[in-house]
Amino acid sequence: MLKKGGIVLPLSMLPPGKKAVVVDIIGGEGIRRRLIDMGIVRGVEILVVKNDVGPLIVGVGEMRFALGFGMAQKILVEEL
Amino acid sequence: MEKMGVLEGRKELVVALAGNPNSGKTSLFNELTGSRQHVGNWPGVTVEKKEGRLKFEGIDFKVVDLPGTYSLGAYTEDEVIARNFIIYDKPDVVINVVDATNLERNLYLTMQLLEMNANLVIALNMSDEAKAKGIEIDKDKLSQILKVPVVMTVATKGEGVKELLENVLKAVEFKGERYRIDYGKELEEGISELESLIKEDEELSKKFFPRWLAIKFIENDENIMKEFSSKTALMEKVKLIQKKLEGIFGEDAEVVVADKRYGVISGIVKECVKKRSTPEERYTLSDRIDRIVTNKYLGIPIFLVAMWAVFEFTFALGNPLSDWIEMFFDWLGEVTASWLLSIAAPDILISFIRDGIIAGVGSVLVFIPPIFLLFFAISVLEDSGYMARAAYVMDRFMTALGLHGKSFIPMLIGFGCNVPGIMATRTLENKEDRLVTILVNPLMSCAARLPVYVLFAGAFFAENQGLVVFSIYLLGIVLAVIMAKIFKKFLFKGKTAPFVMELPPYRVPTLKGLLIHMWERGSLFVRKAGTIILGVVVLVWILSSLPAGVEYASAESYIGRLGSAVAPILKPAGFGTWEAASALIFGILAKETVVGTLGVVYGAEGDALFEAIRQHFTPLSAYAFMVMTLIYIPCVATIAAIRRETNSWKWTFFAIGYTLVLGWLMAVLVYQGGRILGLG
Repeated sequence: MLKKGGIVLPLSMLPPGKKAVVVDIIGGEGIRRRLIDMGIVRGVEILVVKNDVGPLIVGVGEMRFALGFGMAQKILVEEL
Repeated sequence: MEKMGVLEGRKELVVALAGNPNSGKTSLFNELTGSRQHVGNWPGVTVEKKEGRLKFEGIDFKVVDLPGTYSLGAYTEDEVIARNFIIYDKPDVVINVVDATNLERNLYLTMQLLEMNANLVIALNMSDEAKAKGIEIDKDKLSQILKVPVVMTVATKGEGVKELLENVLKAVEFKGERYRIDYGKELEEGISELESLIKEDEELSKKFFPRWLAIKFIENDENIMKEFSSKTALMEKVKLIQKKLEGIFGEDAEVVVADKRYGVISGIVKECVKKRSTPEERYTLSDRIDRIVTNKYLGIPIFLVAMWAVFEFTFALGNPLSDWIEMFFDWLGEVTASWLLSIAAPDILISFIRDGIIAGVGSVLVFIPPIFLLFFAISVLEDSGYMARAAYVMDRFMTALGLHGKSFIPMLIGFGCNVPGIMATRTLENKEDRLVTILVNPLMSCAARLPVYVLFAGAFFAENQGLVVFSIYLLGIVLAVIMAKIFKKFLFKGKTAPFVMELPPYRVPTLKGLLIHMWERGSLFVRKAGTIILGVVVLVWILSSLPAGVEYASAESYIGRLGSAVAPILKPAGFGTWEAASALIFGILAKETVVGTLGVVYGAEGDALFEAIRQHFTPLSAYAFMVMTLIYIPCVATIAAIRRETNSWKWTFFAIGYTLVLGWLMAVLVYQGGRILGLG
């Protein structure tokens, strides 16, 4: 899944329009479980729809989520 | 009929509906049972367990609508409710409602249902929308892989419902094997080890499907681990296996399990879905609307306009209707009274019927127009998908309170009426967030308090009336902010739930859906709050009329005596008279009755009432009285709503207690502070 040498960064740093693959989720069990339930797990492709102020809007598969900035910082992704 | 064999000795078949939020589960439930129930886009709307009945091919079905969940872990209350129902109530068939436009995401729940050995039938719902999006699902293939019947449905149009029920009937007799995820060698070893241990334990194997329980142990499921913490031998084994797996995979077993599930699902989707749109193509219209609606600069103005529209709609349309209802009941009271007089009924009976029963019923019914209209407007926001965006836009402000965006909507509704405001907290998934939002909701100055401000501000601050009234509203908001922070800090030290919220695609609401929705919530208010309001109205009438022979609501009546007893406590706030005290006591009934009561006790109406108030109050004590009216004890309808929604007398009394103390403190602060500043 991982490209060699790809830059891994928090989802919160990606500008809108960018796509990325989830590499890891850091943070407590509560956050992790919540994200797992919403389908945000390793290897999943995430599209950043909006990221300026407040929560991000991201696309996972067919769905759109509002995602708190703090949570987005805990999702490590590799830009595509 | 051959099907009768299964049903022998049974009254009915129990069918549960399980599915993700926004999968159209509630629409299907309505379609199946004809039950009048909410159809919403907001995550987690179906909090209660809803049941309905239907008859198909001569067989009675009981249909249970489980809460919409993404998963069946122990993360939210909803998940626990849904999963416990499947474990303990063992429904004959579980209909898994799957959003066809969103197969991958929805199958995660399906996998968990299969793991629980639920007798599944899949309703591939919104298949029309999927088709419109160019998603083609090979349902036969899906059915073949999962070994589960799959039926295409469009619940909103009633399509596929008959076929679904036919498959449910067939499934009742199903005895074979369903699909099973192969978790891979290492995990499967652990699972089967635990499985055999569980099978040896009669208590466990009777209650639970052993493989499911084994997986839950490996996943370190909070509830399950707690429940069986006393089984030390088993738990030791569980810990051992968890450790071993962590050693192999280098991370928590639960993550490995979830990864595996999603991996398997992804494979299934690849096999069954013929054409999949790329992320860029999806939702294009919704995304474009979102770009405007959630825009950094436009988001809040759009939100404010939407809210203004809701309030205009509710009150511009509702107030005249309320006035008519009030006039009708005044008229009815008079007509009934004169008729009773003509047949020489005793005064006490006349008063009871006119001032007690008729005025009481009237005081409930005047609420109906604004409340139904408000619910209608809210339904439009919800069913169209805008509500989730409003929560998104407000998140920045609510974060400052330690709450998040979703808490804002109940607060806002509270400005109209606290009862629907408190009911709207149901959409909050975190219990503590919900409780805090309920507790501060009465500080949102509802429409019923406005007449009191208008009276007092009109009597003393005619020139700055708008500003004075606005300052009271603002005070309510500021206090709500402070109290929310305090409650959050001292009562619920817990964390705010991480903010993740689905933004469902925009949809055009159906009128049928809106009306059902409005009726459901509105009639609930009338039933629940109405009975309590009526009861208190009668009680107040009794207190006002006794002891026998006193003038209605005079100083000698019980209510007057009660007022006199309370008055000294109110003295430091500048309005320690029995009249003011009685008005406040009556105000608990419904805040606008403060005005009516003052009218009765001062024996004045209209301009004369303004004059009477100028005589009995100073500008400073008038302002203190307005502050008191804002904060002290929520009205009975609100108290009833708090009781109903918290399901706890403790928190209900807490809400009454803290608002009373806070109201008194603020009123005293205003009055004494004002005097020190030389304003009195």
